[in-house]
Amino acid sequence: MSVSYENSKIVFKGIKDAGITSLSALPETWLGLLLQHAEKDPDVRLIQVAKEEEAIGIAAGAYFAGERHILLMQNHGFLAALNGIVSLAMLYGIPLCMLIALRGHWGEPYPWHTRGGIVTEGVLRALNIPFEYARNPETVGRQIREAYTLSQSSLSPVALLLTRDLMEEAL
Amino acid sequence: MKRAECIGMLYPELDDKIVVTIMGACAQELYDLGHKENFFYLQHAMGLASSIGLGLALHLPQQKIVVLDGDGSVLMNLGTLATLARYRPRNLVHVIFDNGSLLSTGGFDSHTTSGVTDLAAIARGAGVEHVVAVDSVMDFGDAAIEAFARNDLSVIVAKVAAVGPNHYGMDLQLAENAFRFKRWIAGRNATEAP
Repeated sequence: MSVSYENSKIVFKGIKDAGITSLSALPETWLGLLLQHAEKDPDVRLIQVAKEEEAIGIAAGAYFAGERHILLMQNHGFLAALNGIVSLAMLYGIPLCMLIALRGHWGEPYPWHTRGGIVTEGVLRALNIPFEYARNPETVGRQIREAYTLSQSSLSPVALLLTRDLMEEAL
Repeated sequence: MKRAECIGMLYPELDDKIVVTIMGACAQELYDLGHKENFFYLQHAMGLASSIGLGLALHLPQQKIVVLDGDGSVLMNLGTLATLARYRPRNLVHVIFDNGSLLSTGGFDSHTTSGVTDLAAIARGAGVEHVVAVDSVMDFGDAAIEAFARNDLSVIVAKVAAVGPNHYGMDLQLAENAFRFKRWIAGRNATEAP
């Protein structure tokens, strides 16, 4: 299975159309093409982290600085960032707009991704983090814009789950 | 030397800088000198003070950012030193108070006790060019003056005694601190806009 070139471009366009000027990310396969677009774009600052929890701090700093920032990570990275999400973002009322590659879910062939895939939605619900699934290239741009808007108005984390339907090339 | 002495020395220089501290003794000692709107106290999420500092520094290149960190917090997020080195914000001063102790949680030894782990060496190894380790108030003052004047990422590892304040508490709610801190930065940006 390969990552969808077209849809990666569409997701990046959605990020740009939402007025985002700064991204923090930990590269992963589904996000690879997307991050290549970000690297090439002179109007977007890409900050790569060593571990996803760092990005929660960076996002808070960007928010304090008044920058329009989003986070890109794999769902396992989301799980690795939980304490920062809870005890920085939620505790202080700092918005986070997280685009999360949902590995290990419907259609997942790789066993190592499956536990994280299966628990991701449950963890989001437990934390009361609003989320939507992004499956359709025609609506993902609007979903990104709306996720960002809600994060800012609610001063809380919001997640958009990037699914296999969207991120992998259809067979 | 005591951390409180170092913070006391920095305090008069902080008016025009954006300051992020870690939780516990470090936050309390700064607060007790008199809270300012440009101080943000990260009272939890150990390890992320330097990441907040990086996010501030990269997006506010005209401002000087000061992070007051600790050995316990840095040990929880060693990757931050590599990320700082990679993006090398010219306007960030990262002070790590190393008391070799998880003081605020009962004084357990940290990995830096007895020099087992050398945070300055880790920072250098991560790729930070300007790293200095100090253990006297005089040297700390010199290092801080140099770091504030230097137009480059600076890390100061200050060996301090494992002592803290005899009380904890602030007349400041956590979200209130965040709102006011953001407002101060916005106001400063507005007045400095060309």
